[in-house]
Parts: sequence; C-alpha cells; structure tokens
Amino acid sequence: MSSFGVFEMESQRQIIERLRAAFQSGVTAPLQFRLTQLKSLLSLLEDNEPQILEALQKDLAKPKFEAVLSEIDMVVNDLCYTINSLPTWIQPSYVGKNLATKLDDCFVRREPLGVVLIIGAWNYPLQLILAPLIGAIAAGNCAILKPSEISRATERLLAQLIPKYLSQECFAVICGGAEETKSLLENRFDHIFYTGSQAVARSILQAAAVHLTPVTLELGGKCPCLIYGRLDMLAAAKRLVWSKFFNAGQSCVAPDYVLCTPEMREELLPAIAKALSIFYGSQPKQSEDFSRIVTDRHWDRLMALLGKTQGRVVMGGEGSKEDKYFAPTVVVDLDGSDALMQEEIFGPIMPILTIESLEQGITFINQREKPLALYVFSDESQVVNMVLERTSSGGFCSNDGIVHMTLPGLPFGGVGASGMGSYHGRWTFETFSHRRGCMLRGWGLERISMLRYPPYTESNLSWLRWATSAKKKSWGVCSVM
Amino acid sequence: MEKQAVDGARRAFNSGRSRPLQYRKQQLSALLRLIRERQAEIVSALKRDISRSEFDTPIFELIGIENDIKLAERNLADWMAPQPVKKTLLTITDDVYIKAEPLGVVLIIGAWNYPWSLTLRPLVGAIAAGNAAVVKPSEVSKSSASLLKELLPQYLDTEMYPVVTGGVPETQELLKQRFDHIFYTGNSTVGKLVMEAAARHLAPVTLELGGKSPCYIDKDCDIAVACRRITWGKFANCGQTCIAPDYILCHPNIQHRVIEEIRQTLLEFYGEDPKTSPDYGRIINQHHFDRLLALIEGCTVAVGGESDKSQCYITPTILKDVLPHARIMQEEIFGPVLPIVTAGDVNEVIRFINERPKPLALYVFSSNKKVVRRMLNETTSGGVLVNDVMVHYTINALPFGGVGNSGVGRYHGKHTFDQLSHHRACLIKSLAMERLNMARYPPMTPSRLRTSMFFLRSRSGSCDQALRAWAVVSSLLRYSDIIVICFG
Repeated sequence: MSSFGVFEMESQRQIIERLRAAFQSGVTAPLQFRLTQLKSLLSLLEDNEPQILEALQKDLAKPKFEAVLSEIDMVVNDLCYTINSLPTWIQPSYVGKNLATKLDDCFVRREPLGVVLIIGAWNYPLQLILAPLIGAIAAGNCAILKPSEISRATERLLAQLIPKYLSQECFAVICGGAEETKSLLENRFDHIFYTGSQAVARSILQAAAVHLTPVTLELGGKCPCLIYGRLDMLAAAKRLVWSKFFNAGQSCVAPDYVLCTPEMREELLPAIAKALSIFYGSQPKQSEDFSRIVTDRHWDRLMALLGKTQGRVVMGGEGSKEDKYFAPTVVVDLDGSDALMQEEIFGPIMPILTIESLEQGITFINQREKPLALYVFSDESQVVNMVLERTSSGGFCSNDGIVHMTLPGLPFGGVGASGMGSYHGRWTFETFSHRRGCMLRGWGLERISMLRYPPYTESNLSWLRWATSAKKKSWGVCSVM
Repeated sequence: MEKQAVDGARRAFNSGRSRPLQYRKQQLSALLRLIRERQAEIVSALKRDISRSEFDTPIFELIGIENDIKLAERNLADWMAPQPVKKTLLTITDDVYIKAEPLGVVLIIGAWNYPWSLTLRPLVGAIAAGNAAVVKPSEVSKSSASLLKELLPQYLDTEMYPVVTGGVPETQELLKQRFDHIFYTGNSTVGKLVMEAAARHLAPVTLELGGKSPCYIDKDCDIAVACRRITWGKFANCGQTCIAPDYILCHPNIQHRVIEEIRQTLLEFYGEDPKTSPDYGRIINQHHFDRLLALIEGCTVAVGGESDKSQCYITPTILKDVLPHARIMQEEIFGPVLPIVTAGDVNEVIRFINERPKPLALYVFSSNKKVVRRMLNETTSGGVLVNDVMVHYTINALPFGGVGNSGVGRYHGKHTFDQLSHHRACLIKSLAMERLNMARYPPMTPSRLRTSMFFLRSRSGSCDQALRAWAVVSSLLRYSDIIVICFG
C-alpha cells in the first residue's frame, strides 16, 4: 500500500483518524489558517511550474500551452478569486427580517463539514484534484486527496509537493489504484468529491450511502454539438476543432459528436480540414501542440471503436501505439446505433451524424442521457433558444466549446447521468460547506409567545394564524410565536 | 401499479406541460385551495391518525404549506428567470447566466408525524421547479394517506402528480424505478436504503432525517421562560417531531429547578390529567408505544411515567440524572419522554455534543453572549436556535435540513425550488470577434501564450476594476487589430 503521510507506512485508517483529530481540534476553522493554506497552495504552483509541466508532458504529452492554460492557470485563477473573496463568503448571510422578527436574528452560517475525500481524474490530473481542494480548504475542512494512478507522474509529484506546502496535520495524499480506493471508501467521510466515470460513480454512491455521506459527482457522457442555420462556417469549425482536439479529445466537456444537415456537412468538412491544418499542420504527429492518448489501453479502446464503426473515415484514422499518437479523425455516414455512439468517445474521433431538421436533432439529443455539456453553433438566436429550452445538460454553450467551464461565476457540474453537484469559484466553497440555519431569540415578548401554548383556544389560533401567515405585501413570513 | 404511475408521470413531464409559468402557478393555487377547502377533513384524518389537536394542525402543518405556496406564487417568475453572473475579460460581450430547469420526475416519500406538511411542502417545490412528482405518503398515518390519495387528484393534474399508497413492498417497488431526484423524510436506516437505491440510477437525493437534538440550558438564563418554551416544543404532537428537543443538558445545580418549572408548565398546558386534555396527543401505534416504554426502563422518573396501552397514551415524562450510556441516549426518542443529562460546564457540553452524530437541531438557552458564541462556533447541526425551540422551522428563508447523520440537502421556501431544479450554466456567444479568439489557437507561440494568459488571468484584487480597465483596453486592441489589418 503506498500512502504518503507524515509517518512512513501510516495506514489509511490512521491517516483519516489523524485528520479527524486535527479537524476536531478546530485548527482549520479560523480564516487566517484557511488563507495561509490557500496562499501556500498558490506558492506550490508558482514555485514548481517546470516540474508540473514536465509531469503533464510525461503523462499525456500535454503541450505547454494546454498545460499552462487548462491546468496551472485555471487553478491559479480560482485560488486568487477564492483568496480575495473568502472573507466575504464566510460571513453569515442574514435573511428575511421584518416587523415581527426585528427582535430576532435569523441568518445562515457556512460551516465546515469535517474530513472530505477528493478523488481526481487522469485527463486534467492537476486541475481536477486541486480545484476541489481550493473549496475544501476555503470552507475549513481537512482533506484527503486521491489522485488518479493512471496519470502517474502527476500523482507522484502531488504526493511529494502537497506535504511540503500544506499542513500535514490536515491534508494528506493517498496513492493507489482500485483496491486502495475501495478500502478508502469503507471509511466515513463528511463529503466525497469524485471526478470520473459513471460506472465507478455508482459504487462510490453506494459506499457513501452506508454513512449517509453527501457526494459531488463530476461525470461525463456524450456532449452533443448541433450545427444549424445561418453561420460563419470557418469560425465555427475552428472553435469546434479547438474544443474537440484539445488534450486529444480527452476532456469531459469536449464535443463528443456533431449533428448537422447533409448540406451543412458539405461546408463543414472542408472547414474542419482547414482548421486542422492551421492548428496542427499537415502532420499533426509532428506538431508540438497535439497531445497523446494517456495509456496503451485507452489507445486500444479508441482503435477498436474505429474498427467497429459502420461509418466512413474521411480524415485521420491512423495512429502509432509506441508513442500513443492518435490522429485527429472525422467519421461520417453513421447513425445512432453505431459503435461510436454507445459510449463517451474521450478521444480525437469526431463522428458527424446528419439530421433533416432541428426538431430531429433535438429529439435525438433528448433520447439520450443528459450530457455534461451541450453545444450549438448558429448565428440564429431562435435556433439557440429552441435548443436551450427543449434540452437539458450540465452546462450549455453556444458558438464555442469548453470555455463556459473557465468562468468562475458559473457552476460547473452535470445533471442526471452526467453528475450531481457543481463547483468552481464560490460553488466549490458552498459544496464543501454546511449551510446552518440560525435563529437567535430574546426573552421578551413572552406574552405573544403565550398565544401558541395550550390550553388551545380558537381566538389564540386565529391571532397566531394572522401573525404567522405570509402577507400579500412584502412582509415575508412573520414569526411571532 | 407503481411502475404505471411513474411511467405516466414521465410521459406527462415529457409532454412539456409542467414547464410554463402559468401551469405551475395554476397547480400551486389548486393545491392552496385543497388545503383551505378541505381543512376540516384533514384535521379529522390527523385526529384519527395521531390524536392531533385541531389547533395544532393549522399551525404545525398547514401554515407552512400555505406560506411556501404564496412565496412561490409571488416570486416564481423571478426564480425562473436567468440569473446573470460576473463575466471575465474574454466574455465581456457574451451572455453569461445560470438558468433553473426542471429535473424531471421527482419521488417524494413522506413521513407519518406531519403527514401533510412533510409530503406537500416538497411537492410545492417540485411543482414550482416544473417537475412531475410521484407522491408516496407514509402508510403509518393511514387516514391521511388515504385522504391525500382521494383529494390530490381532485385538485391537481393526476398524471403529473400521482399518489402511490402502500407499505414497504410498494415503496421498494417504487425505489426500483428511475427518478431524477428522490426526496425522503424519515429515519436514517431507511435513508441509507433510499440513497443506495438512488445510487443505481445516479439519482441525487434529499434526506430529511433526524437524530437526537440536544437542548442546553445554561445557568445564566431565564429558566422559567426557557422551560415553558421547551415544554411546548417537546410535548407538542406528543414529542413526535424530528426537531423536538430530544434531551436536556444542564448543570446539576439547576436540574431540580428545571424539573419543577417543566412540571408546573405541564400543569398549565394539559391540566392534572393530560389524558383528558384535548390538546395532548397519542403515540402513533403500538410498536412505537412499546419502544418508548422500553427506553424509560431503568431510568429515574422525576415526572410522569404512567401509560395506557389501550390508548397508546404515555403521560409527559421527565427522567433525571440520566447516564450518557443509557439506552434512551442511544437512539432518537420521538416521544413524550424528556431525559436530563447533567454536565459541569460549557466545555463538557460541547464535548458531549461533538462526540455524537450531528443532530438536526441544536437548542441553546443562555443570556450569555460568550456561551452562545462558543456553542455556535464549536458545534455543528442542521439548524440552531437560541432561546427557543422549533420556531426556526417557520422561517422559510432559512434552509431547513440536516448534516451528517441528520440528513443531506435542505428545503423550505425558495430552497425547495433550488433543491429540485438543475442550475444550468449558460454561455451564449456569437461567432464574431474571432480575432480575439486567435490567441488561444495552435500553433503556439510564446507571444500567443502571453496574450491568452493576459486575458484569462485574474490576479488583481477586484474583478470589477479589472473588467472596467480591460473593457477599455480590449476595445482598443480590437481597434488596433483593424489598424493592423488595414495597414499591416
């Protein structure tokens, strides 16, 4: 069992107990502690950028540009935003005071949950584990990080750096594979934050049910991309190609498949080809800006999908297992029953399916599980609105891909099979907090309180009803009990 | 039968008719009419189920539902409107907002102690959020369950909001179906089973559970008023309230005074013989009656202790000098039995509370601000109320729910609407201004990277200042792009 704690060969249980004792001692509660830890985390990123880039290069051949923007800078931005806003976020929020409750104080406190578990994923191995950690720290919790064992270099780097920068009493990294995760989940946590697949998510939820632990699940699915109506095809193709082939298609919010009319497809294909050549040149394998598939097993899976498809490969289709290169690939002439349409692709294969009408496209989307993201490319606002109104998805973006998840004001999360809960910015803080309703009453007005006591009378009742029911004007709810 | 109801509700939801504001308001006002027009029948059903006093029913059950409905009717248009959020530099000309959307088909499993409130308040939120809902009232409160089954179809869209009655087998059958959210009120044991069933379909849950809600009486407080308020909260509905003060913690020196004050208050409230008071309830059934008597065994009875099996009657009972490991301290009491556990000081009280599962409610009676502050800061609970019991429940602006063992999620007022909605993040862009996007496309050059980072970084203190500054600069940049194109 490989665990990295203060004490060598500490068992998982010992680590969790140690963190729980630290939490119970109250050390994570003060604002100062939280800010210090967050600033330390910032230093971790600033001091170790070359090592981080190197680890990401090893794990995914991640181009420096992608690594900086989608991993380091996303976390740095979230950290700065949180550090600046935290003093405001932890203030109690006062609610509905009116005439009758003027003598009472009613407010909501955000309180830490305790010891939380954050399970990361391999496709954005830094961002997907540190972004939740920001909120966990900000909310005053202790946290155990379980990075993905598939992105091994980043896992090792995190295991080495986290204890150096964060309080070892309160934060620990536990490494390992499926076995270690399973035994970890037998323990009680106060929140479990998981990013990954639906299959594993089910077993996590079942483990959480045993302890009534709340969970956040950031899953995936097939994110549809509908292209319809009047639009600038080259601009759309560039954004589509950028979002699809970023990280070699290994993003939970990558557009998974495209839906468009046969006529539009005729314009789209050359536009995609042009965008690909601008971005990656004529030999994407030589381009420094194109990533690789994370493991042999995933490369094999993608090749097998191509082997099984009934569609026609019109671009790409080749790859080399030695360096896990998989060419940007476009497949056409397939339908909803195709092998490429049964599971999330999570790779650089773009199926393009044709539809006869917008209505058909919307029906196609709604027959499937709710996706994490839904994209529409169109210059016609009624097209965009119709898709928005008639579908559901974690997030929605028109005329671009992925970027909606970079906005700190927007909650990022799925719905239905694509997940539950959300995070980023303030939302992460809220995810890891308990919203405690508080009411502070005084001793006075006992004569009014007496209205509610037995022996009950009709007249007391009618006074009470009057006093406690919501009024037409903006009196809100009165409480004169 | 269960599957039929669920399939029907899904068909109804898929038709889209539950989404428009008009429909939701219509259904809500129909529900309000149900409560008002049929109050007498509801009161009788509750009398039969749990011997609930006719005066308790409006206050404890119906007003909460009415207030939630009125709040939703007044504010629903606002709640449904897109909520814009702060933009970044690159999205300054885009529409960025969060939109609340229905989840689909919600399952609402009610409880027997407040069978109307605990079933219909979640329904109010489900309707307001545009969902369909399958309503499963508790079979333990039989009369209320069958009355609800009879009344709801007379007022609401039957296909959209079917009522399914039955016991454990029917509930299990329901839990095999796929829902988009499951809202359960009840105990932790079943709560775990509900969560496990939900896990199979990756359905989110709201679990309103319970536990032992501690009630601390500080030496420094108005003990008479405190005891009166506690007595009211503890013995209403015969103690069968999830947020009833479960047990008292106080200094040994004031234990006697506390007992006397409560005894006096009981006399005022229910007279010499509570059995004859129309305002005192009964235990819901034999099983719970027996359970409660077993809990009293072995403890020192200071007040009460009598019972009558034939009526499921247990007199208001206070137990003194109860030991922390006594059986009665291991499970939620949910009855008219009030143990007093003595504790030396606030430190001991805080430790005692924190050693136990997080409760649904915490009550603190103290005039000492420092004590209050410590209790707030050093403990946690679903909700907390200082110098009274239970009434925090009536403020629907406060989120109501548990934490840890006492529950997952929250509701009341707008919180129910939020709980039963999906808050969808929306970014509406145009295909124009492509030049601004160029910086992010490969092939990468150091200068492109610098430009992108420049726009995406948010290091400076105030987002607003940065935004304003760069709104100007980005316009200039765009302008300069045009200049470059023309003259470059």
